[in-house]
Amino acid sequence: MYKILTKKILNPTVTLMEVEAPMIAKKAEPGQFIILRVDAEGERIPLTVADFDREKGTITIIFQIVGATTEKLNHLEEGDCIHDFVGPLGVPSHTDGLKKVAVVGGGVGCAIAYPIAKKLHNLGAEVHSIVGFRNKDLVILEDEFRAASNVMKLMTDDGSYGEKGLVTNALEQLIKEGNQYDEVIAIGPLIMMKFVCKLTKEYNIKTVVSMNPIMIDGTGMCGGCRLTVGGETKFACVDGPDFDGHLVDFDEAMERGAMYKEFEGRKREEVCNLYKKEVK
Amino acid sequence: MPNMSLKKNEMPVQDPNVRNKNFKEVALGYTEEQAVDEANRCLNCKNKPCQGGCPVSIDIPAFIAKIKDKDFEGAYQIIHQSSTLPAVCGRVCPQETQCESKCVRGIKGEPVAIGRLERFVADWHNANVKEAPAVPAPNGHKCAIIGAGPSGLTCAGDLAKMGYDVTIFEALHLAGGVLVYGIPEFRLPKSIVQHEVENLQAMGVKVNTNVVVGRTIEVDELFEQGYEAIFIGSGAGLPRFMNIPGENLKGVYSANEFLTRVNLMKAYKEGSDTPIKQNTNVAVVGGGNVAMDAARCAKRLGAENVYIVYRRGLDEMPARKEEVEHAMEEGIIFKTLNNPVEILGNEHKFVTGMKCVEMELGEPDASGRRRPVEKPNSEFVLDVDCVVMSIGTSPNPLIRNTTKGLDTNKHGCFIADENGQTSREGVFAGGDAVTGAATVILAMGAGKTAAKAMDEYIKSKG
Repeated sequence: MYKILTKKILNPTVTLMEVEAPMIAKKAEPGQFIILRVDAEGERIPLTVADFDREKGTITIIFQIVGATTEKLNHLEEGDCIHDFVGPLGVPSHTDGLKKVAVVGGGVGCAIAYPIAKKLHNLGAEVHSIVGFRNKDLVILEDEFRAASNVMKLMTDDGSYGEKGLVTNALEQLIKEGNQYDEVIAIGPLIMMKFVCKLTKEYNIKTVVSMNPIMIDGTGMCGGCRLTVGGETKFACVDGPDFDGHLVDFDEAMERGAMYKEFEGRKREEVCNLYKKEVK
Repeated sequence: MPNMSLKKNEMPVQDPNVRNKNFKEVALGYTEEQAVDEANRCLNCKNKPCQGGCPVSIDIPAFIAKIKDKDFEGAYQIIHQSSTLPAVCGRVCPQETQCESKCVRGIKGEPVAIGRLERFVADWHNANVKEAPAVPAPNGHKCAIIGAGPSGLTCAGDLAKMGYDVTIFEALHLAGGVLVYGIPEFRLPKSIVQHEVENLQAMGVKVNTNVVVGRTIEVDELFEQGYEAIFIGSGAGLPRFMNIPGENLKGVYSANEFLTRVNLMKAYKEGSDTPIKQNTNVAVVGGGNVAMDAARCAKRLGAENVYIVYRRGLDEMPARKEEVEHAMEEGIIFKTLNNPVEILGNEHKFVTGMKCVEMELGEPDASGRRRPVEKPNSEFVLDVDCVVMSIGTSPNPLIRNTTKGLDTNKHGCFIADENGQTSREGVFAGGDAVTGAATVILAMGAGKTAAKAMDEYIKSKG
């Protein structure tokens, strides 16, 4: 059992939890993920490590409430325990030798992009962060990103905060201003990563994306997380989750990600109704 | 007087048309009368050929003699000296190619039903004896086991019996390995696996779930923590695909994923949090025991037509005969000498069919089986909305990539000698991680051999 030490509501649909998991905290690196089960009957879901504290022995996760499991997870409070918590899984993000990097985060993907920006900043790289949200209410980790960035662009779709526009608009502007990046790291919704890659391909800038497909075991057994990268089948759990964005088949990944959408929606509603009953 | 019937006592089973709609155990087990009657077919041969056919060398005539005397607990104790998991082996061992194939009664008539008797004894013990197993006196030495599957559990049990302080590290949230994620409930009830694991824990074995060796902790750190010998039983690994077009469509599963969703994550139960696609027509590609398990699960989940698509003939199938027969009785349709060439999908990328070609058998290949050759102009489309690929696995890279000095072969399997010793001092390995996908009992045999070698290794260090 893994105790929740801190819980913070970052916005109406995104929550942060700091979880006691000393063995994982000792090993975790940016870019890796954990798999958790909320209770003894729960499904296994992957969540990227948002931060870790080796001394305290904690792992921070940030999740968006999208299905039954994240809904249940969000109902746990400080002091409660998560039934299973395993990791760190996947290959850590590659940061060696990077001098100037654009880190692009979209929505809850910023939670994954942030530890990479922080690590690069600590290694002395010049970090340009571009973070995008649908509107002002959904903004997360703004101060954290500012502290880790030399240049910071905050975009909202509706212009209710920061600049109005998409992350790709801001990235293209920075490139046009003459910034030469060793690498662009893009983490967010598949559609955002797809368009960031389309843009950076035009400018021939190496781009790394973090994929978050459906997974079960997360250790290289089930093959549910397979993707097509450069025409080859890859398993996100052991080969990734980071891949060369110019080689990823995003359209296929989007289709596969939506496989259980109907089930997930129905299941979440059931869970919500359950909590409503409990409140009464 | 021995029972000279040429036929073994039949195993009572659930009716095929009832059982193909539920996940309850297919075989119901012998009654005491049937067990004693079957035991009386044993001639108690002095040279015990059956024992030589058992990978863990159970003294078979001795335990059967106890059944004749209705001393069922005595029989259990004899099996337990050699096997840590009798209730499991009695159900999933391929006895027809092992102990029973050596039985003298099999020369004229059917061999003694050794597997069914083993199962009877183990179930009798589990139902009637509540005493915890004896905890051996500790010898002060620590061993680590990686993977709580058949080889790891066996190795742990044998080491614990010798007095070792044993800790198992398991990547999943539940101990059992393939016994819990792979083999379905109707062939091996999970409560039986749970019971066997609890027996080990009662003997002092510690089971640490949610630890992925190679990620959470590395082999070298286990040595630093004072483990003197380590056994790797990490299992088969990543699923293989055919590399044909359409394999990433929605509705194409690896057998590992399909079975894990159903068995480990209980997707067959109403209200499970883990989803599985509802299908009408399912094709399972492959001819092994795993393919039979997947097909029979698909049928139970409500599919109308379930096909086994296999490129060779029925005689070449690697699955146990009993599994094939059970599948046929349950209405699984066998499309042998057929090979998929493409999976077809609709505009939403869901599977709508599988293009296959017919095959015929040519000259024998390296495996000694006749090589299947494509028949010209034989292409056809099988109407399916789900495809399960059950064509084997390749080893998991996590341990070999993070452990120095551990040699692997060209397939990525650990290289170990006949005692399970790897290229690295103090590290032993066995089961599918060494052999590639094989059987539960072979993995158990490897775990047992390695336990003996680990004991000798630790003693030799003084």
